[in-house]
Amino acid sequence: MGSRASLLLRQEEIEEIQRETGFSHNQITRLYSRFTSLDKSQNGALSREDLLRIPELAINPLGERVVQLFFLEGEDEQVNFRQYMRTLARFRPLDPSQKNDKEGVNSREKKLEFAFRMYDLDQDNRISRDEVLQVLRMMVGVNISEEQLGSIADRTILEADTDGDQRISFEEFCKAMERSEVEQKMSVRFLD
Amino acid sequence: MADAFVILTVISVFLLPVLGFALLILIPAAVGVSLGIRKLYLKVLLRVFEFATNRIQQHDSRQDLNGNRGEQLPDNNAAALKDKNSVALIQEEERTTLKKVRSFGTLRREFELSDCYHFCRQGIEAIADDSVTKCFSAAELPSWNLLTRTNTHYEFVSMRLTILWVIGFLFRYCCLLPMRLLLATVSIGIFMVATATLSILPNNSHKRHVSKYVSLMCYRILARAFSAVVTYHNKENRAKGGICVANHTSPIDVIILACDACYAMVGQVHGGFTGMIQRAMSRSEAHIWFQRSESKDRQAVSNRLKEHVSDPDKLPILIFPEGTCINNTSVMMFKKGSFEVGGTIYPVAIKYDARFGDAFWNSSKYNMIQYLLHMMTSWAIVCDVWYLPPMHRKEGEYAVEFANRVKHEIAQKGGLVDLLWDGQLKRMTVKEDFKKEQQKEYSKLLKVE
Repeated sequence: MGSRASLLLRQEEIEEIQRETGFSHNQITRLYSRFTSLDKSQNGALSREDLLRIPELAINPLGERVVQLFFLEGEDEQVNFRQYMRTLARFRPLDPSQKNDKEGVNSREKKLEFAFRMYDLDQDNRISRDEVLQVLRMMVGVNISEEQLGSIADRTILEADTDGDQRISFEEFCKAMERSEVEQKMSVRFLD
Repeated sequence: MADAFVILTVISVFLLPVLGFALLILIPAAVGVSLGIRKLYLKVLLRVFEFATNRIQQHDSRQDLNGNRGEQLPDNNAAALKDKNSVALIQEEERTTLKKVRSFGTLRREFELSDCYHFCRQGIEAIADDSVTKCFSAAELPSWNLLTRTNTHYEFVSMRLTILWVIGFLFRYCCLLPMRLLLATVSIGIFMVATATLSILPNNSHKRHVSKYVSLMCYRILARAFSAVVTYHNKENRAKGGICVANHTSPIDVIILACDACYAMVGQVHGGFTGMIQRAMSRSEAHIWFQRSESKDRQAVSNRLKEHVSDPDKLPILIFPEGTCINNTSVMMFKKGSFEVGGTIYPVAIKYDARFGDAFWNSSKYNMIQYLLHMMTSWAIVCDVWYLPPMHRKEGEYAVEFANRVKHEIAQKGGLVDLLWDGQLKRMTVKEDFKKEQQKEYSKLLKVE
């Protein structure tokens, strides 16, 4: 439970995570207790299976992608608490005062980057038509025909690609998403 | 003469606790009256908890002052504590954003790259906090109840708290536990002897009457072994024949319900001690025991349930349709089996007061013996039982729909969250179908040529 967890989490670690992620002391201890409850093997790190055991995540069409992005932070198929918190921190709501802060862990830039990586399956910092197609297929399953998905992917690339290389770079992605409400839609309200 | 006096003294010294035990606990338990001792005990406990909570608060606010983040000093202590320990980790946004858009009409739109936002956020929300996995681990308490199993490290917050905790510990383990073990032994002993005697009697209404009383008496004594304080509401709705369904938190649920009425139990045949109890139970009343491994038996079980329900002389059947223990914050999917049998369904909602001890059995963490030890060393098991008005399956209603309807009523009455998820997720992974459902939902949004 919560306080047993905070016993294992040293005060210095909490402070360090606080500085790094901007979460409050209380949020950190509570998320730590969540982390340990997900950690079924109790080795201080989460595996893919640990995360995909969450039913609400398992039914999410892009659930596996989200999990994948958690593992970009970590090495060898494990995510420790620091890495876990770093990923969650991207989804902290943005204060109006830090609107132009590009460096913050939860900045508009960082949120967009997360979304970009959802599509960038091979991590080459470019989204190809094929990648759009694959992610689309994850989202719609068998409900839309391959042909139709293909034309959606074509159109998506055509609209976002400005330099004509048939792929979407991060800069192009940001441009295409300019009018989307990233700050709002990519934020989770963590309670204090 | 002097010898006789000594012997008499010795006897009386030994007899006094026994007599007190019998007069104060056993006999009131057996006839089902309360002397008000437990109520008083609970009141005292609440005072003590309040004191402990205040201490912890003082400690916390002092730490906040010392720490570099002193900005969140509470104006109102009580409110702050409640806030701090509120159970949810995140404030969930509207879960049904997708659905809502669709219901605006057939507003189909083109795919946008930003469509992944929705799934990202839901994914992160599920990772940070979800309603299902939480149901399989103990719920968090808003204040500390001086049990280290709910919260460690609080016992060392202040000297006074440490002393209080040690006293409580000694009281629970050295005073409550032996007494409760004795009560449990006495209750099971009486039950064994009584059922053995009853099995000789011919099967008639007289026997049923006696066995009903024996059962009530034994369960009431057994309930004292957990210092159970149960409040029964709407007793007029108690099951009369048919099937009684309740939400499931722990094996103790059975004892709680059986203190107020007699039920026929349904369950798997066990070996060892449980098996012995089962056989003893069957000697006096008709219970339904079956092997879960035999799939063929399932049909037979359903038939036996039907048979049982149609016999007016037999007791109402008690079933927990969730099929697994949930932490008493929510009600999960009801299995349709018991709703197909027919006959009247008597829903019962059970809500425990976790402040005095959490009744939830986390079977993946503790085995039965550990669990029972926890229960017997908790302060008390306090709960409310609501008997809901009987329900019938409507014309043309599917068993699943009926099960959901009953579940909804139970959740409402017990103040529990009504979840659609299957409790079996504790052991199994979610079905692929649910994901397909989500994909379908999303694809309905998209405009395709």
